[in-house]
Amino acid sequence: MFPILKKRALNDSMTLMVVEAPYIAKKAQAGQFIILRVNEYGERIPLTIADYDREEGTVTIIFQKVGKTTLLLDTLREGDSILDFIGPLGKASELEGYSRAAVIGGGAGCAIAYPQAKALKQLGAKVDMIAGFRNTDLIILEEEMREASDCLYLMTDDGSNGNKGFVTDALKKNIEAGANYDLVVAIGPLPMMKAVCNLTKEYGIKTIISMNSIMIDGTGMCGGCRLTVGGKTKFACVDGPDFDGHEVDFDEVIKRSRTYSEMEREATREFNCHLMEGAKNA
Amino acid sequence: MPNMSLKKTPMPEQAPDVRNKNFEEVALGYDEVMAVGEAQRCLNCKNKPCVSGCPVMISIPEFIAHVARGEFEEAYQVIAKSSSLPAVCGRVCPQESQCESKCVRGIKGEPVGIGRLERFVADWHMQHNAKKAEKPVSNGHKVAVIGAGPAGLTCAGDLANMGYEVTMYEALHTAGGVLMYGIPQFRLPKEIVQKEIEGLKEKGVEILTDMVMGKVLSVDELFEAGFEAIFIGSGAGLPNFMNIPGEGLVGTYSANEFLTRVNLMKAYKPEYDTPIIRPKNVAVVGGGNVAMDAARTAKRLGAENVYIVYRRSEEEMPARNEEIHHAKEEGIIFKLLNNPVAIHGDENGRVTSIECVEMELGEPDASGRRRPVEKKGSNFSLDVDCVIIAIGNSPNPLIHSNTPGLETNRKGCIIADEETMATTREGVFAAGDAVSGAATVILAMGGGKKAAKSIDAYIRSKDN
Repeated sequence: MFPILKKRALNDSMTLMVVEAPYIAKKAQAGQFIILRVNEYGERIPLTIADYDREEGTVTIIFQKVGKTTLLLDTLREGDSILDFIGPLGKASELEGYSRAAVIGGGAGCAIAYPQAKALKQLGAKVDMIAGFRNTDLIILEEEMREASDCLYLMTDDGSNGNKGFVTDALKKNIEAGANYDLVVAIGPLPMMKAVCNLTKEYGIKTIISMNSIMIDGTGMCGGCRLTVGGKTKFACVDGPDFDGHEVDFDEVIKRSRTYSEMEREATREFNCHLMEGAKNA
Repeated sequence: MPNMSLKKTPMPEQAPDVRNKNFEEVALGYDEVMAVGEAQRCLNCKNKPCVSGCPVMISIPEFIAHVARGEFEEAYQVIAKSSSLPAVCGRVCPQESQCESKCVRGIKGEPVGIGRLERFVADWHMQHNAKKAEKPVSNGHKVAVIGAGPAGLTCAGDLANMGYEVTMYEALHTAGGVLMYGIPQFRLPKEIVQKEIEGLKEKGVEILTDMVMGKVLSVDELFEAGFEAIFIGSGAGLPNFMNIPGEGLVGTYSANEFLTRVNLMKAYKPEYDTPIIRPKNVAVVGGGNVAMDAARTAKRLGAENVYIVYRRSEEEMPARNEEIHHAKEEGIIFKLLNNPVAIHGDENGRVTSIECVEMELGEPDASGRRRPVEKKGSNFSLDVDCVIIAIGNSPNPLIHSNTPGLETNRKGCIIADEETMATTREGVFAAGDAVSGAATVILAMGGGKKAAKSIDAYIRSKDN
């Protein structure tokens, strides 16, 4: 059992949890992930490690409430425990040797992108962070992102923060203005990562993306997280989660990510009904 | 007087068209009368040929003699001296190619049903003996076991019996390895696996789950933590694919993923959240036990047509005859001498068909089996919405890639001495599929047993 030491709502749909997991905290590195199972009947879902504290023995996760499992996870409170918490899984990000980087986060992906910006900066790179949200109410971790980067560009799809546009608009503008990026890191929804990769390919800028695929064990056993990279089958869990974005077959990845979407919608609907009933009876 | 019947006492089973719709166990097991009757078929040969066919050297005629006299608990005690998982082995060992293949009664007629008797004795013990196993007196030495599958559980059990303090590290959330995630409930009930594992815990074995060794802790750190020897039984968990077009389509599963969703993650039970595609028409590629398990599982999930697609003929199939027989009874359709060349899908990336080519058998290959050769232009398509690939597994590299001094061969198998199971790294022993590549439960157990013996010798030699 893994106790939740701290829980904080970042906005209406996103939650941060600090979990006591000393073995994992001791080994965790930027870019790696954990797999958790909320209770005996639960799925195993992967979540990227947002932060860790080796001394305190804690691992921080940030998740978006998108389906039954994340909604269920969100019902846990400080002092409650998560049944299974497994990691650190996957390879650590390779961020050494770059001088000028753009780190791009989309929505919930910002939670994973900003530690990458922090790590790049610590390694001596000048880092621009470009973060995109649907609207200004959904913006999370603004302070953290500002601190982690040399310059933060906050974009909203609807312009409600006064800066309308997609992350690719800001990226393109910076590149055209002469930002000599030798690395772009993009983390967020698959269509966003795909769009970023299409753009950076034109300019020949190396681009790392991070996969958050459907998987069970996270150790290479199920093969459910496989994707095609440069024409070869790779497993996101052991070969990734970071990949060269220009080599990834995004169309296949996007289709695979929808394998269970109908079942997920149904499970989420049922779960919400139960929650409402519970609230009524309480 | 021995029972001179030429045939084994038949095993009661669920009827095929009933069982292919549920996940209850197929074979129901002997009752006491059947067991005594079958045990009386044993001639109690002096030279005990059957024992030489058993990878863990159970004293077979001795336990069977107890069964014949109705001394079931005594029979269990005999088996328990050699095997920590008798209820498992009685169900999944390929006895026909091991102990029973050496049985004198098999020369004229059927051999003694050793496997069925082993299962009976183990089940009888579980039902009638509530007494907990006793924890042996500790010898003060600590051993770590990585991987709680058949090899690791056997090694841990034997070491615990010798007085070692054993800590097991398991990557998944439940101990048991392939016994939990791979072999289906209808062939090996998970409650039985967990009871056998409980027995190990009673003997003092500590099992830590959720620990991905090589990632969360290294072999070096285990030595630093005071373990004097380490056993690696990390299995062959990496699924092989065919590298044909369409393997990334939605509805294409590795057998590992399909079986894990159903067995470990219990997707067949409505109270579990695990999603799984419940296909109508399924092609399972492969001819081994895993392929049979996947096909029979798909049928139980409600599939109408389940095909086994195998590139050789039935004679070359590596699956046990019993599994092939059960699969056929349950309505699985065998498409033999067919090789998949591509999987096709629709605009949403979902499987719609599998394209195969017919094969014929040519000259024998390195394995001694006749090599299948493609019949040019014989391509045809099977309409399916799911393809399950069951063509084998490779060892998982997570541990050896993080352990300096631990050498592997070309195929990624850990190199270990055949007799001592000692690896190229001092104090580290390994067995099971991690060493042999994908093989059987009992061979892994045999390896775990040898390793336990040499770990004991190794620690004693250091102690002096």
